[in-house]
Amino acid sequence: MIWSGLWIYWANDVYRLGWGDTTVLKFFPKSFYEAFDIPFKLAKGMAWHFVLMWVFFVNGLLYVLYTAFSGEWRYLLPTRHSWREAVQVTLHDLGLRKAAPSARKYNGAQQIAYSAVIVMGLGSLLTGLAIYKPTQLAWLTTLLGGYESARIIHFVLTLGYVLFFVVHVAQVVRAGWNNFRSMVAGFEVVDTAEPASKAK
Amino acid sequence: MMENEETPQRPAASDAATEAEAVRRSRRAFIGWGLAGLAGLGGWGWLVSRPQEGGIPGPLRRVLEFNENVSGAYFKETRLAPEFARSRATTPRVNGKYGLEDELDPAAWRLRVQSIDGQAREFTLADVQALPKIEMVTELKCIEGWSVIVHWAGARMADFLSHYQLPAAVPYLLLQTPNEKYYVGLDLKSALHPQTLLCYEMNGRRLTPAHGAPLRLVTPLKYGIKHLKRLGSIAFTTERPKDFWAERGYDWDSGH
Repeated sequence: MIWSGLWIYWANDVYRLGWGDTTVLKFFPKSFYEAFDIPFKLAKGMAWHFVLMWVFFVNGLLYVLYTAFSGEWRYLLPTRHSWREAVQVTLHDLGLRKAAPSARKYNGAQQIAYSAVIVMGLGSLLTGLAIYKPTQLAWLTTLLGGYESARIIHFVLTLGYVLFFVVHVAQVVRAGWNNFRSMVAGFEVVDTAEPASKAK
Repeated sequence: MMENEETPQRPAASDAATEAEAVRRSRRAFIGWGLAGLAGLGGWGWLVSRPQEGGIPGPLRRVLEFNENVSGAYFKETRLAPEFARSRATTPRVNGKYGLEDELDPAAWRLRVQSIDGQAREFTLADVQALPKIEMVTELKCIEGWSVIVHWAGARMADFLSHYQLPAAVPYLLLQTPNEKYYVGLDLKSALHPQTLLCYEMNGRRLTPAHGAPLRLVTPLKYGIKHLKRLGSIAFTTERPKDFWAERGYDWDSGH
């Protein structure tokens, strides 16, 4: 999805971080395009994007439905304690706080991140529709601040996913094998002090 | 002892047995997900190896057509593109000269309309200008991703067809430049939309040759690629007509 999005974005790559004539970061530098073989693929990018949008939508829908009906949402939705805990987790992970957060399935920072990414997904879907059918869905495009604005939001959300992905992978690497195995295989090996004790 | 409320903990029969069980379940899960990944890669490989249709693999073309059916079912001609203040209108960049290669003699220019039985009628610019003049300030959106607000004026395609009693009982129109080097396919619903214009003025002035003089198509229901400049002919067709950019990998519908 992001790959084909880059092929599309290349054809009008006007976004940058900066002010006035100063550009801190241009999206994207020539070297980036060349490294990933991006240029001159607009038509192909659009074709793939409008195929993969269904995968993105159905996948997201199935995930949300599963989470809702299995009851897993209870672990994932942030509570009023999550925000405070998220700060503690972040400080701990950055090495600024000694006390480790309590070990649960998902800590406050995870709850916020995993819930936010669903909201972002919905945002990508809506901004995408707004720039895909800006006349038939004019109400949506207008609601999102117009065509140009919806396109920027669509782009920024994608930067958000990349950030999420980078942090996610870094955290998985940090957390180690047992955690990674639990993500893939769905179980975790927990050390117990005495054999066969405390079976719930 | 580590507290874990969520995961039911099974009592460890022995460390060795637990370890064996963990290895077994891990192997199964990793092989399963690995195969799923390989299947995905295989599917992708199959997709891109399919015969190309108009510059993209056939299955991608099918999905674009499916999308067209979905948006076509939602389409209503009463839904209008937003309009803007005239003060915000600017001149779009000239982004292509396909079909405009030759010099044009404006006095000799005629719009040729061909019905389904092959009969053709010709119209002058005055014939088009005799129809109610519609002005609108809409956003022109290029398929490349940029957009610009433009003040257009012209006659509604729907008015043109009904006033001159041109048969519009077929689902498609083929629009071409006089030299037939640039051509655009249009669905009838989009053609009859009240914001689809046979345009002769841009930002309060006669069209310049670079912007499609003497007459061009303007419709906020489509990307700029469908806004054919220097309109030479319109033909009604029952079959989906050819389209310059759809032959080069783009969506035939390109609809908004």
